Amino acid sequence: MRYIEPHAHMVSRVTDDYTRMRLAGCEAVCEPAFWAGFDRNSAEGFYDYFCQLTEHEPKRAAKFGLPHFSWLCINSKEAENTALAAEVVALLPRFIDKPNVLGIGEIGLNKNTRNELKVLEMQIDFAARHNQLILVHTPHLEDKLKGTRLILDALKQHPRIQPGHVIIDHVEEHTIRLVLDAGMWAGMTLYPESKCTPARAIDMVETCGVDRVWLNSACDWGVSDPLAVPKTALEMQRRTHSAEMIDRFIYQNPLKFLSQSPHFRLPGISKL
Amino acid sequence: MTRQQVLDLYFMDARSKLIDIAAFMDRLERSSGEEDFRMKAFREALSQLGPAGADNARQVLLKFSDPTLEPIAVAPGKGACGAWPG
Repeated sequence: MRYIEPHAHMVSRVTDDYTRMRLAGCEAVCEPAFWAGFDRNSAEGFYDYFCQLTEHEPKRAAKFGLPHFSWLCINSKEAENTALAAEVVALLPRFIDKPNVLGIGEIGLNKNTRNELKVLEMQIDFAARHNQLILVHTPHLEDKLKGTRLILDALKQHPRIQPGHVIIDHVEEHTIRLVLDAGMWAGMTLYPESKCTPARAIDMVETCGVDRVWLNSACDWGVSDPLAVPKTALEMQRRTHSAEMIDRFIYQNPLKFLSQSPHFRLPGISKL
Repeated sequence: MTRQQVLDLYFMDARSKLIDIAAFMDRLERSSGEEDFRMKAFREALSQLGPAGADNARQVLLKFSDPTLEPIAVAPGKGACGAWPG
């Protein structure tokens, strides 16, 4: 088995996780910028975090033979302070040309506020002007449906956004078709207590198809499982899905989307 | 997969979860005080289950979701509680 982990917050994980992911067949890990569990007080805090994502974490991952890529942004949970958000967005040009940076993410909404939406639109515009891929976080639980609709509207309203350059993450049964019908990619996140279980993720593939979808663990400092993707592959085997189908879902699809970034290169694999 | 294969793979797991839900509702019944909007949405979602072609998972998720489209002025906090208070 081989797979790409397209969404994992490895700065919150221990080195044993790198070892176990590598043993399970992980060939690359991608890390979006996210909320640290507390609000940062200044743009300098984000500067240090972006250095961690673009310089230090790739070195730590490399010790375990794992290529590490990152996405940069100010996340929606810290987007209420629009002045701070503007300062953080102003930092991005200093980092987007770093060799492991894939695009802008995970931007999005959390509680669907006006300020969150302003900051989302600011970062969509930045991504469009700099021809960057976009990775979007959709809100949790009761806020997901509304947030997904608002996010899709914001993306559709920007004249330079290409739907195929956008992955909308954390979809569930009530949002996946909205995303796919908009021509964007849909990410399914496997969490033990929320978002999606392996069985439900496979249900969605069986009912919506395997085009433009990927699977991730989004493992972080909370209740999460860095091996959720390979465990779901085992569940697919139990459901008699073919090895080709599984490989497409957990390896070829993320490879196809991520290869749209000139920075995404894996050893021994030429650009798609 | 055939229905027999699905039952073989998932029946025991679903049975266990169903009993957990039943026990949760018993626990709630034994406790004191009032329910809130979360349990109202929960009971409505339960009532959706069953009919053929019901699109059950999606319908349950919709029962817990905020159906509006207007961004709110200020976030009441960072977290979500699982059901829209209305």
